[in-house]
Amino acid sequence: MSARAAEPRGRMVVTAFAALILSVLPLPEWLAIARPAFLVLTVLYWSIAAPRAGGLTLGFASGLTLDVFRGAVLGQHALALTTITYVAVREHQRIRSKPAFQQSLIVLPLLAVYEFIVFAIDGWSGHPVGNPLRWIHVASGALVWPLATALLERSHSPR
Amino acid sequence: MFLDQRRGWLEQARYYLSAAAYPLQLAVSSPTAAWRWFEESVETRQALRAENEALRAQERALEMRSLRFEALSRENGELRGLRGALPAVADHWLVAEIVNVEVNSLQQRVLINRGARNGVFKGQAVMDSAGLLGQTIHVGPWSAEVILITDPEHALPVQIERTGVRTIAVGTGDTQSLALPYLPANADVAPGDLLVTSGLGGVFPQGYPVARVVEVRRDAVQPLAQIQAKPLAQLDKLREVMLVWFRPDHPAGPTLSRGQDQGTVEDDLASGNPTYRPQPVPARPPPARASVSTSASTSASASASVRAASPPQSASHVPASHVPASAPASREPAAAPSRTPASSSSSASAGGPA
Repeated sequence: MSARAAEPRGRMVVTAFAALILSVLPLPEWLAIARPAFLVLTVLYWSIAAPRAGGLTLGFASGLTLDVFRGAVLGQHALALTTITYVAVREHQRIRSKPAFQQSLIVLPLLAVYEFIVFAIDGWSGHPVGNPLRWIHVASGALVWPLATALLERSHSPR
Repeated sequence: MFLDQRRGWLEQARYYLSAAAYPLQLAVSSPTAAWRWFEESVETRQALRAENEALRAQERALEMRSLRFEALSRENGELRGLRGALPAVADHWLVAEIVNVEVNSLQQRVLINRGARNGVFKGQAVMDSAGLLGQTIHVGPWSAEVILITDPEHALPVQIERTGVRTIAVGTGDTQSLALPYLPANADVAPGDLLVTSGLGGVFPQGYPVARVVEVRRDAVQPLAQIQAKPLAQLDKLREVMLVWFRPDHPAGPTLSRGQDQGTVEDDLASGNPTYRPQPVPARPPPARASVSTSASTSASASASVRAASPPQSASHVPASHVPASAPASREPAAAPSRTPASSSSSASAGGPA
C-alpha cells in the first residue's frame, strides 16, 4: 500500500491487541516454550507495511505492555522492540520487496537481536534466565512469519 | 542510584499498569474458567456425594488431630516459660484463585486474583494446604504475581526438620524439584527428610513444611553434596492458593524476632543508609565440618553470627540500589546468608556463590 493512503492505525491497534491475547493465552508447557512472539511479529509487520503510521510508538507501547504482562523490568521489552522496529522502519523498502521466504530470513536475525537485548537486560538487572530454550521462539517466529504476514495483509488489503 | 530512583516511581507506574492489564488477563483466562465452571456444574450427583463423603472423612481426621492442639499449645507455652499460650503464628489468611494466564514460559510465576485492595503486600507468603508455594513479587490493585519456590531465581532459607541443619533451597525451574546446593558432602541428610522453613530471610515464618528430600548424591570429587528435594505442594496443579499474614511479634514469626540486629541490617540495607557497612567476612571460614547447628539457637548467638556472616561483597557494594532493585527472589540469596547463622558454620561455601 502506498504511504498516501490513510494509515491503518485502528487496524494496527486491533491486530496488536489480538497478538497480545495470543501471546498470553495459557498453553501446554511444550507449546508455550515454542510459542512465537506474536506481538513482536505484528509490530514488525506494521513497521514494514506502514512505516509512517508510527511503528516506533506502537513498538514502544507494545513493549511496555509486554513488560507488564511478563513481570519484567519495565522498559525491557520496550527497548528491545523499539530497537528492532527502528531497523525495520529504516529498511522497510528493502524488506518489503523480498518474497516471504527471504523476509523470514531477515526476520530471524531481527528476532535474535530482540531476544538478545531482553536476555542482556535480564542479566544486567539480576534476573538471569540462562535457559537455552528461550531462543526457540526466534526460530519459530521466523517460521511463522510468512503465515503471519499473509493473515495481516488480509486484514488491511482492499476487499 | 539511577536504578534505585527509577525503581521508586516505576513501582508505582507498574501498579497502575497492572491494574490496566488485569481485565485483559481475566478475559484471556475466562474460557478456562468457563470450562471449569461447566465441568463442575455437570458433575453427577453420585460424584458429588462421593466427594462429600471424602471431605467429611477428612474433616473428622483433622478434628481428631486437632483435639489435643489447645492442650498441647498451652503446655508448650508453659514449657517455654511463658504465662499464656502463644497465638498461632498465622494471623489470618485469604484464599486466592490462580488466573490462568501465561506469565512467562521459562519462569515459574503465576497470577492470582487478589491484590493490594485485599491487603496483599509485596513479599507475602503464599501457601497451599500441603506446604509452601512461594511469595508475591509484584502487586497490583486487584491482582498479584507470585514467584514459586521452584523458580530458578528463588532461594528459600530452610531447615532439615530431623537434624535442625539450616541451608538454602534453590529453585531449579522444574516444578517437581528443589536443589540444596550448599550442604557439605558429609552433612547429615537422607532421602525422606522433611525440609521446613527456618524463619530466616524475613518472609516466611519458622516451621512450615516445604519439601521432602528425594535424592542425595555424594560425589567424591565435589566438596558439596548434590541434593534434590520434591516440594510438598502440588506446584503444577494449582488452582487455589492461600495468602497468609503472620504475626510479626511471634517468636516463630518471619521478621524482627531474633534480636534487633537483624531488623537494623535489613532496614539499613533497604533504606540505603550509607553509613552502614557490613563487617568484613573472615578470610576463610573453617573447612566444612559435620554441621549440627542446633535449631533452637538463642537470639543472642543468632544475632551475633549475623554480624559475622554478613554478605561478602555484594551487599556492601550496592546497599541501596541492588537490594530492592531485584525481585525478592534474587534478593534472597544475597540477603539470606547474612541472616542465616548456618552459613558461617554449616555450609562453608554458602557465602561464596551467593
